[in-house]
Amino acid sequence: MRRIGIDVGGTNTDGALLDGSEVVDTVKTPTTSDVLSGIRQALDELSRDNIGAVVIGTTQFTNAVVQRSKLNRVGFVRIGLPAGRSLPPLSGWPPDLAEVVRGQTFFVKGGVEYDGRAFEHLDELAVVEAAKQFADNGTNAIVVSGSFSPIDPQQENRAAELIAEHHPGAQITMSHQLGQLGLLERENAGGLNACLLELAASVISAFASAIDQAGLGANTRLFLTQNNGTLLEVEAAAKYPVLTFASGPTNSMRGAAMLADVTEGLVVDVGGTTADFGALVSGYPRQANAAVEIGGVRTLFQLPDVMSIGLGGGSKIYRSPLRIGPESVGQKLTKESLTFGGSVPTLTDAAVATGRLDLPGVPQFDLSNASEVMDLATRMIADGADRMKLSSQAVPLVAVGGGAFAVPDQMAGISEVLRPAYGNTANAVGAALAEVSGVIDRVFYGLGHEAALAEATQLATEDAVASGAAPNLIEVIEVEDLPLAYMPGDARRVRVRVAGPLQ
Amino acid sequence: MSRRLNAQDIDDLAVGAWILGTGGGGSPYLNHLNMQRIASTGTEFELIDPQELADEAQVAVVSTMGAPLVMQERLQDTSDVARAVEVMADHIGSKFDAVMATEIGGSNAFQPLMAAVHLGIPIVDADAMGRAYPEAQMTSFAIGGLQPWPLALVDPRGVEAVVTHVPTWKWMERASRVLTIETGSMAATCKAPRTGAEIKQWSVVNSMSFAIYLGSEVRKARAQLEDPIQAICAAAKASILFAGKIVDVDRKTTGGFLKGVALLDGLDEYAGSEARLEFQNEWLIARRDGNVVATVPHLICLLDATSGEAIGTETARYGQRVVLIGITAPPLFRSEEGLKYVGPRAMGYELDPTDPCQ
Repeated sequence: MRRIGIDVGGTNTDGALLDGSEVVDTVKTPTTSDVLSGIRQALDELSRDNIGAVVIGTTQFTNAVVQRSKLNRVGFVRIGLPAGRSLPPLSGWPPDLAEVVRGQTFFVKGGVEYDGRAFEHLDELAVVEAAKQFADNGTNAIVVSGSFSPIDPQQENRAAELIAEHHPGAQITMSHQLGQLGLLERENAGGLNACLLELAASVISAFASAIDQAGLGANTRLFLTQNNGTLLEVEAAAKYPVLTFASGPTNSMRGAAMLADVTEGLVVDVGGTTADFGALVSGYPRQANAAVEIGGVRTLFQLPDVMSIGLGGGSKIYRSPLRIGPESVGQKLTKESLTFGGSVPTLTDAAVATGRLDLPGVPQFDLSNASEVMDLATRMIADGADRMKLSSQAVPLVAVGGGAFAVPDQMAGISEVLRPAYGNTANAVGAALAEVSGVIDRVFYGLGHEAALAEATQLATEDAVASGAAPNLIEVIEVEDLPLAYMPGDARRVRVRVAGPLQ
Repeated sequence: MSRRLNAQDIDDLAVGAWILGTGGGGSPYLNHLNMQRIASTGTEFELIDPQELADEAQVAVVSTMGAPLVMQERLQDTSDVARAVEVMADHIGSKFDAVMATEIGGSNAFQPLMAAVHLGIPIVDADAMGRAYPEAQMTSFAIGGLQPWPLALVDPRGVEAVVTHVPTWKWMERASRVLTIETGSMAATCKAPRTGAEIKQWSVVNSMSFAIYLGSEVRKARAQLEDPIQAICAAAKASILFAGKIVDVDRKTTGGFLKGVALLDGLDEYAGSEARLEFQNEWLIARRDGNVVATVPHLICLLDATSGEAIGTETARYGQRVVLIGITAPPLFRSEEGLKYVGPRAMGYELDPTDPCQ
C-alpha cells in the first residue's frame, strides 16, 4: 500500500511518499500560518496515485493550548463523593488557562475502589440534574471522571449515557478512555481534550477537504499520529485530539529507526538550534518518566524521553573560552553565516572549513579555530549520547536532521553511526509508517507477574485488533509491572502496549 | 518561637518534605495542591515551637495510612483529617491544644495543616520520624516506650473506628493496617495523643521548619541558577554519595511493601563506578562498587541531577539522571534502643548502621 506521511512542525511541513516501507519521494515546505495551505503544497508536490492512507502529525492542538487560543469551555462531572471535594477539577491549572476553559462542575456520589468494588453507587439523579443544567446553559463539551475508572469504567459509561439522553448535543470525554491511573491527571487530560473539541472538528474537516482537493479519492484513509507514534483514526482524533500532542519527536525517532533499520539504539536529530537525543526500544522511542506538563497542565501522557542540547547547524561560535551555542542564527543561516556570505561564525561554517561538510560555491572565509570547534561539537554530542544510554554496551546511533554533519563517525560507546537516506524528513517517514496500537493500564490482583502480564497483553492485543491492526503481526512494544505498596492480595499495576501494521 | 506559615512556606514544605521522604512517604503533590488552594485565600497557619507547649498540653498526632495510588484516585479532603482528630477528642473526652505530624517525609507532612484548617489549632513544629519510614511503629515515640494506644481511624464514607488498646506498637501497626486495607487502602488516622512534656522529650523537634528551610534553599538556588543539590547539601549537612543514571529498577511487593533494588551507573566523577540501592518503600541501603556507604536510620535521598527534586521509589525509572545524597539521622534513632526499631536489622538487613557523613 502506498502511503503519504505529513509532519507539520513549527518551521517546516514535511511530506514523504512510501510504497510499503520504501521511500519513493519526500518534500519539505514552510509551515504556513493557516497550516492547511502548507499541507496542500506538500501534497501537490508528491505523486498522488493509488494512495491508501494519508497520515498527518500536527502540533496545532498543542499550540492551541500553549497559546490559549481557539479553546472552548468545558463542564465537569466528577464521580467520587463523598471524597475529593476539596480538590475540584482544574486544580493546579495555570489560572489563565483555567479561566478560558472553566465551565460548571458537578460533584456526584459514586466511584470505584482499587479492587473494582464500588466506593459508592452512582447517584444517577445527580448526573441527570447536571446534564439538564449543561443543556440549559449550552455547555456541550463535558468531562466525566470517576475514581479508579480505568479499573471499572461502568460508572463513567452510565453517566455518559444519562448525559447523552438528557443533553443530546453533549460531546462527552470519559476519563477512562484517556487511560492512566491518577484521577486528577486523567481528568486534566480529559479537560485538555474537551477544550479542543471545537477546534478538532474544524481542523479535521479541513484536513479531509485538503485531501479531497488534492484529488485523493474516497479510498484514501486519513489518520493522525499519536504521541506514542501509532495511528489514530480521523473519527477518533475528532473525539480525542489530545492524543495527538507531541507526535513530532516521536515521528522523527520512528522514521529514523525505520530508515536506518535499527530497533535498539539511539537517535539524534540535529536541527538548526538543538540536537535532540532519544533512545529506541523495540523500534519505538523510550518513554519519559512520570508526569509531564502540557501548557502548564500536569498529565500522565506517555511522551518520548527527549534530551535536547543547544547545538545545531546554526549554533553561534564564541571564542575565549570556546563555546558553541546555545544561541543560534536559526532560519537566518543562509543569510548570516560565513558560508553564505554573512558575518556570524556558526557550526556550519566550522564544518565547511574542516571539510566535514561539502557545500558548492562557498566564499572564502577565515575561521582559524574550526577544528577545535568540531572537536568540541564531537564531545558535546558524545556526552549527550552517553547520557541517554542505559548500559555501557556499545549501541548504534542514527543521525538525522539538517545538522547531522556535526555528528562524528566514531564515538566511545557507539558501535556505528548511521546516516540514512531521507534523514531530513524522518518525521514524515515516521508518520507514514505509523502502526496501530493497543494499550492496557490496569491494576490486576491475585495474579502473579506472569499471569497478569499475559492477561494484559491479551487485552491490549484485542484493543489493537479492534483499531485495525493485523492480528498476526502484533508485537509487544512496552511492558511495565509495578507491584503496589500497602495493598493486600498481590496487587500490581500492569501497563502493556502492543502495535502492529495497519491491516 | 511561634511563626505564621504562608503560601510560600507551603510551597517550600512540599519540596523539603519530599526530599525528607527518602524515596517513600508518598508524593506531597496532591496535599500540597489542596493546601495551596487554602493558602491562596490568605489563610495562614500558626507553627509553634515544642518548647512553647505547656507540659500538660494535649497534642493530636496525625497521618494518613494507605497506598499512594489510592490517594491519587480517592482524593483526600482536609475534613477527613480533622474528623480523625475529632473522633479521638470524643474518645478521650478532652479537646486538643495543637496538632502535629507523625511523619515529616512525604505527603504526611501536610496532614497537620489539613486538620488545622478546620480545627483552628496551632501546629507543633515537630514529628516522630524526621523522615519517612515504612511502618507506623517506627517512631521516636515507640523508641521512647510511650503508650501506643488509642488510635482513631476515619474514612470519608463515615466509617469511624477507635483501637482502644494494644499490647505493643507493632500490634497497633497491624490492627490499624487491617482497618486501612478494609476501607480501600486509605484512611486518616489520629495516633495516641501526646502531652507537651512527651513531645519535648521524644519528638524530632523543629522538623517542619527544617523541611520548609530545605525547600526554600532549593527555590533560591533555582532562582539564582545555582546548583540546588549543593544548596540541599549545605542546608542539611548532607554528603554526596554518587552521581549517575538509573539503569535498572526491580520492584516486588512482599507483605504489602514495595521492595526492590535500583542500580545506578556513574557519570562525571563517578564514571566507571556503580551504585546499588535497596528499598522497602524508602531507600534503605546504599552501596557504591559493593561497599556500603549509607544505611537506615540515616537518610538516603535520590535527587534529580538538574532540578534537585526528590525521586521516589515508586517513580524511579530507568534513564533518570540522579545524584544520591546521605544525611545523618537524629541521635535518638541511632541510639541502641533506636536501632531496634529503625536500624538495618529491624528492616531485615544483616548490616551494621553506616553513617553517610562519616
